Amino acid sequence: MSGAVAGLFRRVGAMMRKEMLQLVRDRVSFATMIMIPLLQLVLFGYAINTTPRHLPTAVLAYENTSLTRSILAAIENTKYFKVVSHPTSAAEADHQMLAGEVSFIVEIPAGFERAVRRGESPSMLVAADATDPVASGSAIASLNALVDTAVKRERFAVEGGPEGSGLESAPPAFQIITHARYNPAAVTQLNIVPGLLGTILTMTMLIFTALSVTREIERGTMETLLAMPIRPVEVMLGKIAPYVLVGAGQALLIVGAGRLLFNVPMIGSPGLLTLLTVLFIMANLSIGYTFSTLAQNQLQAVQMTFMYFLPNILLSGFMFPFAGMPVWAQWLAETMPLTHYLRMVRGIMLKGADGSDLAQDIVALGAIMLVAMFIAVRRFRQTLD
Amino acid sequence: MSEAADTLPQGSLPDVPYAIEVEGLSKSFGDRVVVRDLSMRVRKGQIYGFLGPNGSGKTTTIRMLCGLLTPDSGRGTCLGLDILTQAREIRRHVGYMTQRFSLYADLSVRENLEFVARVYGVPEPVKAAKAAVDRLGLSGRDKQLAGSLSGGWKQRLALGACILPSPQLLLLDEPTAGVDPKARREFWAQIHELAADGLTVLVSTHYMDEAERCHEIAYIAYGELLAQGTVDEVVAGAGLFTWSVSGGDPAPLARELSALPGIDMVAPFGSSVHVGGHDAAALEAAIAPFRERPGLIWRRDEPTLEDVFIDLMSRSKDNFR
Ligand SMILES: Nc1ncnc2c1ncn2[C@@H]1O[C@H](COP(=O)(O)OP(=O)(O)O)[C@@H](O)[C@H]1O
Ligand SMILES: [Mg+2]
Repeated sequence: MSGAVAGLFRRVGAMMRKEMLQLVRDRVSFATMIMIPLLQLVLFGYAINTTPRHLPTAVLAYENTSLTRSILAAIENTKYFKVVSHPTSAAEADHQMLAGEVSFIVEIPAGFERAVRRGESPSMLVAADATDPVASGSAIASLNALVDTAVKRERFAVEGGPEGSGLESAPPAFQIITHARYNPAAVTQLNIVPGLLGTILTMTMLIFTALSVTREIERGTMETLLAMPIRPVEVMLGKIAPYVLVGAGQALLIVGAGRLLFNVPMIGSPGLLTLLTVLFIMANLSIGYTFSTLAQNQLQAVQMTFMYFLPNILLSGFMFPFAGMPVWAQWLAETMPLTHYLRMVRGIMLKGADGSDLAQDIVALGAIMLVAMFIAVRRFRQTLD
Repeated sequence: MSEAADTLPQGSLPDVPYAIEVEGLSKSFGDRVVVRDLSMRVRKGQIYGFLGPNGSGKTTTIRMLCGLLTPDSGRGTCLGLDILTQAREIRRHVGYMTQRFSLYADLSVRENLEFVARVYGVPEPVKAAKAAVDRLGLSGRDKQLAGSLSGGWKQRLALGACILPSPQLLLLDEPTAGVDPKARREFWAQIHELAADGLTVLVSTHYMDEAERCHEIAYIAYGELLAQGTVDEVVAGAGLFTWSVSGGDPAPLARELSALPGIDMVAPFGSSVHVGGHDAAALEAAIAPFRERPGLIWRRDEPTLEDVFIDLMSRSKDNFR
């Protein structure tokens, strides 16, 4: 049966060669494959870096004491906030936020300093315009620590229990937006770059394979291909293989640029990451290929890809914290390769996870790939019926 | 579906006298019958013309022969291999040239040929492709993208790709459509050379003059095979008696004649009109009044293949529409 294997390799090889030639000849697509990762990385990376800084802030202070001045100075010192107005009423402050003039309202109630001295732990309200939670999240996260230190720096002798209890320095309470907890300013970029690795690979791998079969049908070349002695699985492998290389190249580009531009570390094993990246690429290619066998034309294939891509982005934990989603959404997300891959990349690059830590995700990703491949091969029609 | 099928040496194909032998093939799309109860036999080494108007089911039949479409009913063999169960083996030994150019437009001439050679397992694919390029007279253009070739060269390339893996049977679907007369002539010369080497060729066309270049022909209209045999057999089998009339204005004359009983076929032919009928006596009776008309010159004539086809087509139309 070694003849059979040789034949299989020969035909897959022929198919692969043909695909590569077509890929290289299609300059625009080829350039896109290199430009998409770089562009996204730079845009996302620097956008995340710069947007949360100097956010316009209104201060609604009902008292003007040395403590409140110290708090405000500390807030401005974070560079996340820039006090742009001092409204005199809550209504005025609300209006400014509605109009988008300020992103935050810091409200300090009357008798604040006195209450702090008494250890009553009064509330200082920070209302955030949460329409852009990513922007506001890191700013809010910075408040916790900084106001705390401001209070300490003022050296107000807290008259209550000085140490021990969690509320020892009686800091003002904050209105905390859920995202802030998962988006602490210091690690945001580190989280984003590995996340981008997953989303960029998903997008490019899906698009290019989703087009591959429909393109042959649209151009009429499918009829000749079907009339040749080549099996569906050989066509699929031959079409997928070149993109594994393309995907691996993209991954290298992203990880390299992430390190260069944002100092994203690689704590775990690069070899394991490479292996799992190839697995992830193949899972996406199989899914894209399945779309390709379902779509009637290239436009439909692209539409299907985006339909699939959107929930991937939203539910995988790239955009929003996975733990914050309802259970049904979590289950849905578990069926998506990106969800598992994000855990892998973040685990390996940022936390130094090894294969056994990620076993569940590896198995899940492998299963998703096999199911997609099975459907794709079954769906690939051997006739024109 | 063993590997053996892909690299089967030519000698091990079943030794049968017919390259194509099918019976009762039918195919519908939706509730539309496109091919109805079609049977045909093509002897090995023959050039078999498959004629019929557009939409008559030629492409559909060819696709069923090479396993690209599954017939709704019927059975048959190609090169002694069952078209229903051995489609993959058939593909290895059949060269199918599609009606529409379907090689890769964004690959060069040589890359296309190399791809074909590799998929079929032709030994030394690069060499084989280069040899094919030279044989096709495409030497100066081997790096040109296939999509940028002119119609005639595309057709040559497509044929070259078909014969590269040394098939036993060629299925050519309207290979000369839209090709200039010189290229057509060269093409047919090549087909005859291939047949002389023992290849069987089934070629669909709607050019009458090409029918005359075939050893045998079959005529299909509205999915129905209406006649087959040599050109002479088909003409004789039609049982058509024809007269030709000249000297008058052909168009009004044809209109007048076609309304008459006893006249089954009227075809303007340049400045003359062909008139035909299946009953010689009735035909003569019908044209008798016209023979008196001054200026008209009547002549007994042998029916041409075209007369026969027009007659066959109009009869089948009467039967099925
Ligand atoms: N895949 C298909 N689906 C529906 N109708 C088809 C399909 N293929 C062919 N037909 C119809 O079947 C008829 C015969 O087509 P075809 O075999 O291509 O004829 P020919 O090759 O003789 O011109 C045409 O009317 C065509 O519209
Ligand atoms: Mg046709």
